[in-house]
Amino acid sequence: MKGGPVDTTLRLDRRQFLRVTAVAGGGMLLASYLDAFGGVGALAAEPAAEFAPNAFVRIAPDGVVTIIAKNPEIGQGIKTMLPMLIADELDVEWKNVRVEQAPLDTTKFQAQVAGGSTATPTNWLPMRRVGAAARAMLVTAAAQMWNVPESACSTAAGVVHHRASGRSVPYGDLVTKAASVPVPDLDKVPLKDPKAFTIIGTRVPGVDNHAIVTGVPMFGIDMTLPGMLYAVYEKCPVFAGKVASANLAEVKALPGVRHAFVVEGGTALQGLLGGVAIVADSWWYARKARQSLKVTWNEGATAEQSSAGLAAKAAELSKGPPQRSLHRDGDAEAALKGATKVVRAEYFYPFIAHAPMEPQNCTAHFKDGKLEIWAPSQTPAGGRQMVARTLSLQETDITIHLTRIGGGFGRRLNNDYMVEAAWIAKEVGVPVKLLWTREDDIRHDFYRPAGWHYLAGAVDAGGKLVAWQNHFVSFGELPPETAQAAPPAQSAQSAQTPGVRFAPSAGINANEFPAHFIPNFALDTSVMALGVPTGALRAPGSNGIAFATQSFIDELAHAAGKDPLLFRLELLTYHKPHAAPAGPAPAAPTEGARAPLGPQPPGQVFDADRMRGVLQMVAEKSGWGKKLPRGTGMGVAFHYSHRGHFAEVVQATVSRAGVVRVDKVWVAGDIGSQVINPSNAENQVQGSVLDGIAEALAQEITIERGRTVQSNFHDFPLLRMKQAPPVEVHFRKTEFAPTGLGEPALPPAVPALCGAIFAATDKRVRSLPLSKHDLRWG
Amino acid sequence: MPVTFKVNGKPATADVPPDMPLLWVLRDVLDLKGTKFGCGVAQCGACTVHLKGAPIRSCVTPVAAVQGAEITTIEGLSADGSHPVQRAWEALDVPQCGYCQAGQLMAAAALLAKTPKPTDADIDAAMNGNICRCATYLRIRQAIHAAAAMPGAAATPAGTSGKSGTSGKSRTSGKSGDSNS
Repeated sequence: MKGGPVDTTLRLDRRQFLRVTAVAGGGMLLASYLDAFGGVGALAAEPAAEFAPNAFVRIAPDGVVTIIAKNPEIGQGIKTMLPMLIADELDVEWKNVRVEQAPLDTTKFQAQVAGGSTATPTNWLPMRRVGAAARAMLVTAAAQMWNVPESACSTAAGVVHHRASGRSVPYGDLVTKAASVPVPDLDKVPLKDPKAFTIIGTRVPGVDNHAIVTGVPMFGIDMTLPGMLYAVYEKCPVFAGKVASANLAEVKALPGVRHAFVVEGGTALQGLLGGVAIVADSWWYARKARQSLKVTWNEGATAEQSSAGLAAKAAELSKGPPQRSLHRDGDAEAALKGATKVVRAEYFYPFIAHAPMEPQNCTAHFKDGKLEIWAPSQTPAGGRQMVARTLSLQETDITIHLTRIGGGFGRRLNNDYMVEAAWIAKEVGVPVKLLWTREDDIRHDFYRPAGWHYLAGAVDAGGKLVAWQNHFVSFGELPPETAQAAPPAQSAQSAQTPGVRFAPSAGINANEFPAHFIPNFALDTSVMALGVPTGALRAPGSNGIAFATQSFIDELAHAAGKDPLLFRLELLTYHKPHAAPAGPAPAAPTEGARAPLGPQPPGQVFDADRMRGVLQMVAEKSGWGKKLPRGTGMGVAFHYSHRGHFAEVVQATVSRAGVVRVDKVWVAGDIGSQVINPSNAENQVQGSVLDGIAEALAQEITIERGRTVQSNFHDFPLLRMKQAPPVEVHFRKTEFAPTGLGEPALPPAVPALCGAIFAATDKRVRSLPLSKHDLRWG
Repeated sequence: MPVTFKVNGKPATADVPPDMPLLWVLRDVLDLKGTKFGCGVAQCGACTVHLKGAPIRSCVTPVAAVQGAEITTIEGLSADGSHPVQRAWEALDVPQCGYCQAGQLMAAAALLAKTPKPTDADIDAAMNGNICRCATYLRIRQAIHAAAAMPGAAATPAGTSGKSGTSGKSRTSGKSGDSNS
């Protein structure tokens, strides 16, 4: 259960209007209203209660502009970036802008989500229009005051000018008059020519930086309320197991402990799971008491599950006919039989954890039937739905405050900690802060699902890639009505009706590259049941699929006797005409399996020209092809995800003893016409690339006896300073609308590193992590 | 018996069990929330504070061990965010999520107090125990060099008693993360 479909689009595109009201204490409030009934009713009427204002901008008489940041800030820079869009069109100076975090109010703010790298493409125009509309009203106010045409007025740095008469007036002096100006249509309000941007495209430091470097409390874990108690929550190590008995009386008698009780919990892995809550005067008391807690668990059906068992099942499935065909072009089987050179390989990537630095936590207060929550959540609206359902409350009785979040990476798309805190708070009736240990976090994650790709490919005498076959073995179930193993479908329409329910984030898009680029192509799948929670990890799906796909392309380039980069450029020149020549659809943040690709706006599909562009750029920037000593090599990879085209080159050195050192990474990315905040963009790309390298080097979650083996950073290692190579970031500007940057730079880093290792050692890496490989050479 | 010590130059008293880690005394007793909890086992460095000027992991330091000692936290690194590392972090826009940065700053300030002009190797060695999940390492390196070039970088933070009693050794524990072989 996840909080239902999340609309990530801020729908300010039609049936909307603006309204200005006086704000207590003076100032002008610009609000936009959305007609929720899709055109029914008179928009000019006073909005009813459900048409609550969608407020983003306040201008005070002293000229200070307050801009509301609507989305959760997880380190992706959104709290700075969205206000930049508004401020630039408003034509004010950034130094006069104050940014406030919005609470959860989807009536006012529409989608408030951090996920899927969606905020840029969905807000690029709507946020600018909000700023431009406010500017237009200030211009109107000044023009009326001077009795001149609006067209004779201009703005700059928070001042309206009438050049002809030399008059000017600061915005702050116009707030009262502007409040009575008719509001413009957001669709028609003129936007700046990008050449006139003064804030967009400049390096703007994060708005919370000063608070961060001085230790100001602002994260979820920092929340404190008067009379607050502290909670820990012990769940069954086997997912969704239930409490049979616990020594609650003994625990309750321990120092500082106020409450200890069993929570029954449900069976949905994303929901409230059974466990024992201990609530104490301080978190340390609760944590210490937990060491004396003895629970007998009903572990349930998945207690026999193991990584080794799942791998054996995958191998078994790979030997049989695939359960479903997802995509067919030509006849891959026949082409493989007749080909000059055939390569077969099995690729595997493991479960991995998110491990954001701030452990899961949530503060909640239940009083008089109403619940107030302070949560570091990427999907607070989804969390509210789940809490309402689980606690039998109305959503309108639940208030959620968005805190700054100490890392997301997709972990906090799920709201398990929120429903746990809510349940405990309702039980104890005073404010409670639930805080997990790192061990809780590693052992109760929604893991990046493991995956197996059984690949075959062929090149012809000219070294052209002519056949590709992938039997992707993953997790999920076959819908009941077609549960019997069916022969692989032969028709292309199977791409739209895969007939598989993949586990969350365990799916593959039927049009995933290299579909449409190889004349004889087959993508098939088989799935097995899984009792381990899975979910989206930064660049979900892509973070594993790119490793398998791009690494196998490297193998085929080698078989063809061609340079891996030139081979890729050639591959991108063949393109079967298709209605939706596409890579993966941007996954909805709370959605596990990817939906079949629907119609996409222009510029938001895999575009071979754009990919060739970044490949050529990264070749040039990295000095691709230069002579390197034995033990040092360069690898290249590209991947399209989250609307971004990225190509990367990794240079790595492998010592004779087999130790890998990444020397340098070059990145070329195409996210469209405008890099909104170059400083943050560089941060996001460097972070994504290093994240991918960390995943490749040593990260693995293993399951034994139904439970997670790893527990903390000693056995689930994150990247450290010594391992961080320079990452050179380049953007190739194209005419397409700007797209997001939280994720698409990650996927190519993994196969590019593995390609570099092959170039350095002739050892092909077909499974992750690298720490399990013997890479000694010489 | 309450434990008494100094935090950021001011006397502090905590009437808590002697094995309660300093981290939780700082956060939940003294309400200094800048120091962060990341792992609880001295693996990540988010909880780094200074004990007599040297970096320690407050999550594994029993409060009894700091009886009578001087502790500096991120809140006391400077009065107004003007320590060179703080200024450099802001100037270079280092933080992403920001959660680990208090620990990073405390480790960096301790490094500069001991080694005013660190090399990349010095930085890697001193900072390797501080994990940044967002991987802001490249800017952290740049920012430490930038801070080293500012006047006052080697100064001891406000509220500490200077160099007396420091071990002179970086205590960045935590294993090297070079686990790939």
